Amino acid sequence: MKHKLGSFIVLALVALITACSSTGGNKDGDASIEDRGTEASASGAVASGATSGTDYSSAALNDPNSPLSRRVIYFEYDSAEITDDGQQLLAEHAGYLVANPGTHITLEGHTDERGSREYNIALGDRRALSVERILELNGVSAEQITIVSYGEEKPAAEGHSDAAWRLNRRVELVY
Amino acid sequence: MTRPVKLLLLISVLFTAPVDAALTIEITQGMEGAIPIAVVPFGWRGKAPAAPENIAAIISADLSRSGRFESLPDRDLVSHPTSAEQVKFQNWRMLSVDNLVIGQLEESGDGRYTVQFELFDVFRGTRLTGSSFSAATRDLRTVAHHISDLIYEALTGERGAFNTQIAYVTSSGTGKNKTYTLLVADSDGYSPQTILTSKQPLMSPAWSSDARQIAYVSFENKTAEIYIQEVTTGSRRKLASFKGINGAPSWSPDGRQLALTLSRDGNSEIYVMNIADGDLRRITNSPSIDTEPVWTPDGKNIVFTSDRGGSAQIYRVSARGGQAQRLTFEGKYNAGADISPDGRKLAMVHGNGGGYRIAVLDLKSGSLRELTDGRLDESPSFSPNGSMIIYATDAGNREVLSAVSVDGRFRQRLSLQAGNVREPVWSPFSK
Repeated sequence: MKHKLGSFIVLALVALITACSSTGGNKDGDASIEDRGTEASASGAVASGATSGTDYSSAALNDPNSPLSRRVIYFEYDSAEITDDGQQLLAEHAGYLVANPGTHITLEGHTDERGSREYNIALGDRRALSVERILELNGVSAEQITIVSYGEEKPAAEGHSDAAWRLNRRVELVY
Repeated sequence: MTRPVKLLLLISVLFTAPVDAALTIEITQGMEGAIPIAVVPFGWRGKAPAAPENIAAIISADLSRSGRFESLPDRDLVSHPTSAEQVKFQNWRMLSVDNLVIGQLEESGDGRYTVQFELFDVFRGTRLTGSSFSAATRDLRTVAHHISDLIYEALTGERGAFNTQIAYVTSSGTGKNKTYTLLVADSDGYSPQTILTSKQPLMSPAWSSDARQIAYVSFENKTAEIYIQEVTTGSRRKLASFKGINGAPSWSPDGRQLALTLSRDGNSEIYVMNIADGDLRRITNSPSIDTEPVWTPDGKNIVFTSDRGGSAQIYRVSARGGQAQRLTFEGKYNAGADISPDGRKLAMVHGNGGGYRIAVLDLKSGSLRELTDGRLDESPSFSPNGSMIIYATDAGNREVLSAVSVDGRFRQRLSLQAGNVREPVWSPFSK
C-alpha cells in the first residue's frame, strides 16, 4: 500500500510538472507540443514555410481550393495530441485569424462513442484546448476563440466500427 | 455572438400526455434460484366486462423482473381462486410453488375501485399477509406496484422498489435532424411522460434524493448548461452556465448542494455548488480530466472519474476537497460510477480491451466483477433498494436499456419501439 502511494505521488508530481506548462493536451504529447511551439516562434520556420503563398483575405474562407476549406483536426483514441499535419493546417487557420482580427472561431471538441458520456465531454474539451493552444502559439488572440465540447453527442459518422470512430474523434473549426 | 433563434428550438416542459412508444420488456436471461410463485388473475366485480387493469399481471411481471421470483405462467394455473375459502392448498403444492397470491378488484363507484389481495405460504397452508386499498383508475398501476412491494418485503425481508420511476434520454432522427427527449416512466417502463424536448443534446439526468427534481445538462443554447426541474410542475431553473463545460450534476443526499464538472478554470474539475445561493467550492485541482462526481450516501465523500493516473479510473475525495484516493485498479478504463444505496458497492463502465461492460466493485474487499457482456454498455444506475442495476446497451443498431440483478443472475432488456434510449437513472424512494 505504501509503495503504491509512493509511486502514485511520483506519477502525480511528474504529471503536474509536465502539465504545468500547458492547460491541456495528452500527457505524453505535452512535451512535444511545447517543443514544437518553441521551434515555431524561435525560428519561424514552420509558420512561414506553411503559410507562404496562402491568401488570407476574407474571400479565402469560401474558396474550396484554399487550405482553409479543411476544417477538421483528427485524433487518436483517448488522445488530445495533434499530428504534424494537424499543426500545419492550424498554422494556416492561425494565419487567417491573425490577418482578420475581427473574425471569431469556435472550436468544437468531439469523441467517439466508447466509454462514459461525461468523460467524453471532458476529453472533447481537452482536444479543443489543444487546438486552441496551437492557434494561440501561432499568434491568434484568445478573444477570437470560443470552445465547446459535445463529447460523443454529435458524431460525424454513425456506426460502431473503427472507421466511424476515427471520423468522430475530432475538433471542428467553425467560423 | 448572436443568440440562436428560439424558433429553431422545441422546448415543451412537462407534457403529461402519454408517449406512443412505451418501453417494452424482453427477458433475455433465465432465473436460477428464484422463488416459484403463483399470482392468480384477480376477480373482477364491476359494470364493464373486463377490469380496467390486470393487477395480477403487473404484480407477476414486477416479481419476475426482480430476479428473485419465478412467476407461474397463467396457462399452468390449476384453478382461479379469488378469496381465501376457495384456495385448496394441495393443488398448489402439486405445482411446486412456494407462495400464492390471490385478489379482487371491485368497482366502488365514482371512478374508484377497491383492490384487495392475500399472500399465502403454500406448504404451511397459512396466510402471510393481505390488505385492501381504494384507488381511482389512474392509480391502479401504482396500487399493483405497492402490492408487489408488500409481497417482496414479506418474502425476502428487503424493501421492494417496484413503485419507483426511471428517467432517461431518447434520441431520434439522424444527422442535423435529431430530437432529444428527457422522459420519466414507471420503473417497469409504463406511463412515460416527456419532461423536456430539444433539438440539441440532453445529457446526464440526475434525481434529487426526494425524487422531486431532476438535474440535467442541456445544449439548447449551443453550449452545455445545467438546469434543475421539478418533475410534477415542470418548473425549472438554470443553475450553471459558466464558460466551458457545465456537466455531470449530482445532488447531495440532503438536497442542498450539487456536485458538478466545470472547466471555467482551464480544464475539467469538480466543484460543489450551494443550490440556494449559487456559492461554488472547488474540490479537485489537477491538470487531468476530473468529472462524473457522485455523492456517497452519508454525504461526506464524492466518488469521481479521473485520468490523473494515466487512464480513466475511479477515485474518492472528501466533499470538502483534499487528497483523492484511487478505488479501481483492474482494467484499463473505469468511469461513470454509481454508488449503491448502502454505500458499499460501485457500479461502473469497465473497459478491458474486449469492450465496455458494467462491473460492480465491492468497496470493502476491492473485488471487481463484470455483470454484463456487451461491447458498449454504459450509464449504470442502482435501484433504490440496491438489488438491481439499470443501464444502457447496444442491440443491433439501436441503443436500448437493460436491467440486471446485482448478483448478475437475471437480466432483462427494456426496449423502446423507435429511437435510441440512453442514460437511465433510477429514482430514489419518494419521500
